[in-house]
Amino acid sequence: MLTTAIFIPIAAAAVFALLPRRLRSPADAGSEADDPWASRLRLIASVVGVVPLILLLGAWARFDGGGGFELVESTEWIPTLGVGYRVGVDGLSLPLALMAALVFAVAIAYPVDVRGRAGPYYALMLFLEGVSVGLFLSLDLFLFFVFWDLSLVGIYFLIGVWGHGDARRSALKFFVYTFAGSLALLLAILGLYLATEPRTFDMAEIIRQQPLPAGGVYATLVFFGFFIGFAVKTPIVPFHTWLPPAHVDAPGPASAVLAGVLLKMGTYGFVRVLMSMQPETFARFAFPIGVVAVVSIVYGALVAMAQTNLKRLIAYTSVNHMGYVMLGLAAAGASLAGQEGAQALALTGATVEMIAHGLITGALFLISGSILTRGGTYEMDAYGGLAARAPALTGITVVAAFASLGMPGLAGFVAEFQIFAGALAVYPWLAGIGLLGIVITAALFLRMLQQVFLGPLPERWSTWPDLGWVERVTLGALVVLIIGIGVAPALLLDAIDTFAGPFVGR
Amino acid sequence: MLGDVVPELVLVVGGVIVLLYALAAPRRLQGGAAVLAMLTVAIAAAATIPMLDGPEAYTFAETYARDLPAVWAKLIVLVATAAVIALSVPWFRSDPRSGEYYTLLLFSSLGAVLLAGATDLKQFVVSMLLSSATGFVLVAYHRLSRASAEAGIKYYLLGAMTSASMLIGVAYLFGLGGTTTLPGLSTGLAAESGTGLAVAAALVIIAVAFKLGAVPAHAWMPDVAEGAPAPVAAFVTSVPKVGAFLFLARLMLALPLDGLGWRPLVAVIAAATMTLGNLAALWQDDVRRLLGWSSVSQTGYGLLAIVALERSDLALPALLYFLLAYVLANVAAFGVVVQLRGRTDRSAYRGLARARPVLAAILTITMLSFIGVPPLAGFAAKLALFAAAIDAGYVWLAILGAINTVVSIAYYARVLAPMYFKDLEGPVPVLSRSAGIAAVATGAAVVLVGIGAEPFFGAFDGIGLLPG
Repeated sequence: MLTTAIFIPIAAAAVFALLPRRLRSPADAGSEADDPWASRLRLIASVVGVVPLILLLGAWARFDGGGGFELVESTEWIPTLGVGYRVGVDGLSLPLALMAALVFAVAIAYPVDVRGRAGPYYALMLFLEGVSVGLFLSLDLFLFFVFWDLSLVGIYFLIGVWGHGDARRSALKFFVYTFAGSLALLLAILGLYLATEPRTFDMAEIIRQQPLPAGGVYATLVFFGFFIGFAVKTPIVPFHTWLPPAHVDAPGPASAVLAGVLLKMGTYGFVRVLMSMQPETFARFAFPIGVVAVVSIVYGALVAMAQTNLKRLIAYTSVNHMGYVMLGLAAAGASLAGQEGAQALALTGATVEMIAHGLITGALFLISGSILTRGGTYEMDAYGGLAARAPALTGITVVAAFASLGMPGLAGFVAEFQIFAGALAVYPWLAGIGLLGIVITAALFLRMLQQVFLGPLPERWSTWPDLGWVERVTLGALVVLIIGIGVAPALLLDAIDTFAGPFVGR
Repeated sequence: MLGDVVPELVLVVGGVIVLLYALAAPRRLQGGAAVLAMLTVAIAAAATIPMLDGPEAYTFAETYARDLPAVWAKLIVLVATAAVIALSVPWFRSDPRSGEYYTLLLFSSLGAVLLAGATDLKQFVVSMLLSSATGFVLVAYHRLSRASAEAGIKYYLLGAMTSASMLIGVAYLFGLGGTTTLPGLSTGLAAESGTGLAVAAALVIIAVAFKLGAVPAHAWMPDVAEGAPAPVAAFVTSVPKVGAFLFLARLMLALPLDGLGWRPLVAVIAAATMTLGNLAALWQDDVRRLLGWSSVSQTGYGLLAIVALERSDLALPALLYFLLAYVLANVAAFGVVVQLRGRTDRSAYRGLARARPVLAAILTITMLSFIGVPPLAGFAAKLALFAAAIDAGYVWLAILGAINTVVSIAYYARVLAPMYFKDLEGPVPVLSRSAGIAAVATGAAVVLVGIGAEPFFGAFDGIGLLPG
């Protein structure tokens, strides 16, 4: 079932890529309106894009949370090197994979200008969906790395071909930065692999073996390899500089999956690999990581505050939110006796934040894409008073923005509350400073709403069209979940707790 | 004894037959030489495959090894040669005297094969010269083209200098060790140390570096890649490396470790080669020159395996798998250039993805494989090479390799990005079906060998070199 969820979109991507040229990209220019094939292809791609979501929901139904990895599917791949194809889920990976599948399904269905190249566009999106879901489900470091790198290649082409502004430059910067990170990751994986006995890439086996006890140059080097690899992807300050240009120049749905799903690969790696496979070394560096997290929180919020470009603003709030996640992880991974409850809370919170941020930022980036197609610019000065013309757009944006700033009753609050509740018990000072971030994001989101939606409506937007039905349905799905997690978090928390509780108590 | 060298004999006899045919056949039938050459390669490969099960031994009085690495090297060389023949047919179709070309190609691949099995210094010299002398002619085959002639001269001059250094070094080693066979030298030199041995070894290593395109004898690589006939460029920048790498490995194993720091020396050469190749490639606007410099940098990665010899059981599997992955990708990359009628200006690749999506995809695959993106063959190769280096205690070299990989993205992207991100300018004529098939087949092999790496790693697991 899990394997099917990974490979159906990838197989569909191959079909889309191999479509004859006439069907692949029939018109050389023109919007989707005069291109019936593009919208037909989008419909087919959307249907395929939903399949992993349905399969993973089925997996959720069969998931019982008894600890350890469930629904494991494995087969040999390169046994001589200890590489296997192994996938499975636990309370951490299942919610993340589900979130990834949902964000992708929404992003694929979302209307976008495919610039006469519908076939390759949907092929890349479906391919990315497959590898992203695959990454969260991998239980083998080799497989994990394969999916990790493939996701980079996919996004590189998405930004480069369908981006705007200085897209080629942004795409290259993105690729060089994140590939540098992934090579650090590769060396670290090799370092860990060479320490196992017998040599294997099997995650469950490595977690059991704990091949690298803390201390020593070797263990520290491996730790930093992993750290850099995940930190670049997450991204946390000072490894974040690839993120704003990549986001700003990417097409809306690509930004949505980049922020919603791909950033989570970094934080997921911190938990799945670093905290699980080198817990003692992680504990040793937990406080510095917490400091970096708080810097990311405050810095990200402050820089976001200074933006006049809507998309840059959202991009920098991602740095800020990933800082929350890292703070939660630092608290959870610290070596501290007697605080297991708080640490489990922080870990659960960090995981919920990964999911909430995926949904919320996914929605915000899609919205910014809709605004761009209608208004042609991301500069917030150019807008104003849209609330009167576009109630649906305004309503959805308000919900997403409030969720992002941590309003109770919405998904972001559940996450941030738990992170800070947990972190305050472990690192009170750090958490205290980090709370500043919440205040600043509240201010900046309110200002953003004010600038774009309130005040007088400029003359040139007097015919501003509101969201179409596809946009309403897709964004609506995200909003329902954002509210749902906020109001009734228990369903999600129960699954995550099956992982977080035992993890910290170990 | 002769049974041990059937593939080699097939290549010799086949080469002679092709030559006789070329002399006798009228101009319009010169193309038949290619068919005969292809047949020769196929028979040689068929004779090689049973050797995978055969006993590993020295033959001809310890001057030639018939071990599994040599057999695998033979197969890699033969596959690459077959692909190059397919690329050459349309390229040389209008050339009235192309028949002899295939003889040279066969003898050149024979040189690489002999080099891969050489366990004797004289044997080494003969196979080096065979490989070089044929290479010079092949590179300058378009004698009326300035670029081709210039590349040939450059290749020849560097080859002549390094050959001189090889001969002095070989004589020196013989004087020190009292014998020319590697097994004999490994005992004869065991007590040696100091400058004499170091100088002798360095002289020989420089000669091998010429074949590898490694620093300090790398300078011919970009010129040959640019100036030689494109199928020859595919051949000369990849096939001789297979033999040279294996001989270098054998030589290193035969030299005494004490008193001669060859491991750090090779490590420095590896570091310099990959770094220089990458940095130089950054500025190239000529795709063939770029591929030439990239080929230099790839040699640098391959040398990681030599550094790790004996220290890591991954070293030899990493080397063999790297050679396989590299040769396939390199032939495929040049194959795309051939199929595009040798277009080489970077700007001429604009919009290629729309006009020739399959060729663009093959070029993309090869370059991503050079970078080391999974699941392509280049990734598993880099993984094994880095793992071997780390295992051998050369963590800094692995880190340097990773940094170099990041740098390399920049120049590969300079070719890839315009193919996908820019609009097409003008029509894109292509050569012929056989070149296209060769490019697609080798490109597909890069993917298949990457995903299906197990049979290869399984076969390479635990095999050893003689002497070793």
